[in-house]
Amino acid sequence: MEDVTNAIVLILNFLFVPGLTYGCQLALGALGVTLVYGILRYSNFAHGETMSFGAMVCILVVWWLQSLGISIAPLPTVLLALPIGILATVLFCLLTDRLVYRFYRQQKSQPVILLIASIGVMFLMNGLIRFVIGPDDRRVGDGARFIINAREFRQMTGLSEGLAIKTSQGITVIVTVLLVAALFWFLNRTRAGKSMRAYSDNEDLALLSGINPERVVMITWILTGILATIAGTLYGLDKSYKPFTYLQLLLPIFAAAIVGGLGNPLGAIAGGFVIAFSEVSITFAYRKFIAYLVPESWAPDGLLQLLSTDYKFAVSFVILVLVLLIRPTGIFRGQST
Amino acid sequence: MSFLIGEVMTGGYGTGADILHDCTIAVDKGEIAVVVGPNGAGKSTAMKAMFGMLNLRSGRVLLDGEDITALTPQARVHKGMGFVPQTSNVFTSMSVEENLEMGAFIREDDISNTMEQVFALFPILKEKRAQAAGELSGGQRQQVAVARALMTKPQVLMLDEPTAGVSPIVMDELFDRIIEIARTGITILIVEQNARQALNIADKGYVLVQGRNRFTDTGQALLANPEVRQSFLGG
Repeated sequence: MEDVTNAIVLILNFLFVPGLTYGCQLALGALGVTLVYGILRYSNFAHGETMSFGAMVCILVVWWLQSLGISIAPLPTVLLALPIGILATVLFCLLTDRLVYRFYRQQKSQPVILLIASIGVMFLMNGLIRFVIGPDDRRVGDGARFIINAREFRQMTGLSEGLAIKTSQGITVIVTVLLVAALFWFLNRTRAGKSMRAYSDNEDLALLSGINPERVVMITWILTGILATIAGTLYGLDKSYKPFTYLQLLLPIFAAAIVGGLGNPLGAIAGGFVIAFSEVSITFAYRKFIAYLVPESWAPDGLLQLLSTDYKFAVSFVILVLVLLIRPTGIFRGQST
Repeated sequence: MSFLIGEVMTGGYGTGADILHDCTIAVDKGEIAVVVGPNGAGKSTAMKAMFGMLNLRSGRVLLDGEDITALTPQARVHKGMGFVPQTSNVFTSMSVEENLEMGAFIREDDISNTMEQVFALFPILKEKRAQAAGELSGGQRQQVAVARALMTKPQVLMLDEPTAGVSPIVMDELFDRIIEIARTGITILIVEQNARQALNIADKGYVLVQGRNRFTDTGQALLANPEVRQSFLGG
């Protein structure tokens, strides 16, 4: 019996908790992509860099706060920096919209033109971020590292497997729940949110109803800036901040948005968790898990790992291809191009 | 003078060929005007021209004596014109109630009264108020579309083929509702394929052919006109 409990704790510790955290981060990222797609009708390739930009500003503010000796230990200082990071990112989003995307919108350009423009913005932000903070790895978190650490858990329960929950993981899940609840409240209950949904649903009819498209676009960028900054900062807090990783994150984020159905916020969240859990469970080594469940002599020699973690991005890619082949509109029937 | 007049309108979409040629359409206050004609006669185009959705090369549009030719469609909504497009005329992913709220988007005042009036006109919508408009039947969807346009409390309501694709029974009911709306003093302009039924409720009828006025008379007179019957009403 204790072996079964150990096996479950093992899965919780190495698969469920990391998967849940990663899923939250992807869900927030995919929400930003899906909002831009729903309103501005193009895939925003600069979204990964927008997340990176927000996280970078937060880190700069953290350094400044630390130099002043301000901290909110045991919580990480970065939570204090979030509002400033959000503000800067929102302003940056609005500025790029004004300088780049608005032009193509007025030309009534094809979505693919906007997509290519967003790749340009991505490279620009990419360079800007490296120019400001450099390409190195930065640790974002300070304060207490664990809510429960493995040793305490083992002493508490007497099990041989430990369950560790990092502060960053707890914060990620709580912030995601609050943010998603606030977003859905906004989209479903407020006039501005409803006008966004109306615009996404039927642009011409929204215009006939007197909904101002530029205002809808502005609100979209504000929401995108908020979501991207929080997603980027949470990811950096959980792993570490390295500009390059945000470029790589673009694939799982787009996979999540497309799996759930582009333009559908609920789908983006579902897609985030589908991608995260697939990635984590396919690259997880099940040897120890099986060893707990079978008699000792049956214990496997191999790692029982389906795919090396080096190939984790292949998982999102395969899911993306499968979804596009089998159900291009995604789980929740988003808009297809 | 008529409340809404499209006067000798000539124009087409974008920089393309002219579709309308010196076409004139006018509706008196609280009356129903119906535009009929064969396919490709420019019926819908004439209505869209009056709503500012295409550039007129000549002619003008007057609303209550005011020249509104230069206004955008959105500005015309603010002036009290409501337009119900033929297709994609509801927000399919939003509930019936949200559709109505979006219809009233430009209003800053309390809309609950108007909503009650609209629900009184279309009782089925009150029943289905929480349901997504995309899940409704064709006829109910058209009711949502008309109701959405009514939410701004327009003085003029323009309907582009409101009965396209609905069953004859639903069509009769829709026409009954349209008469009721006209009785509240709203001026109504309808473009219709179902010419006979539409002319039946029309105070004034326009028969367009190739973007030109062919016949203009009261609805009853057009129905009685042998030439109109022969060519456009199938005998």
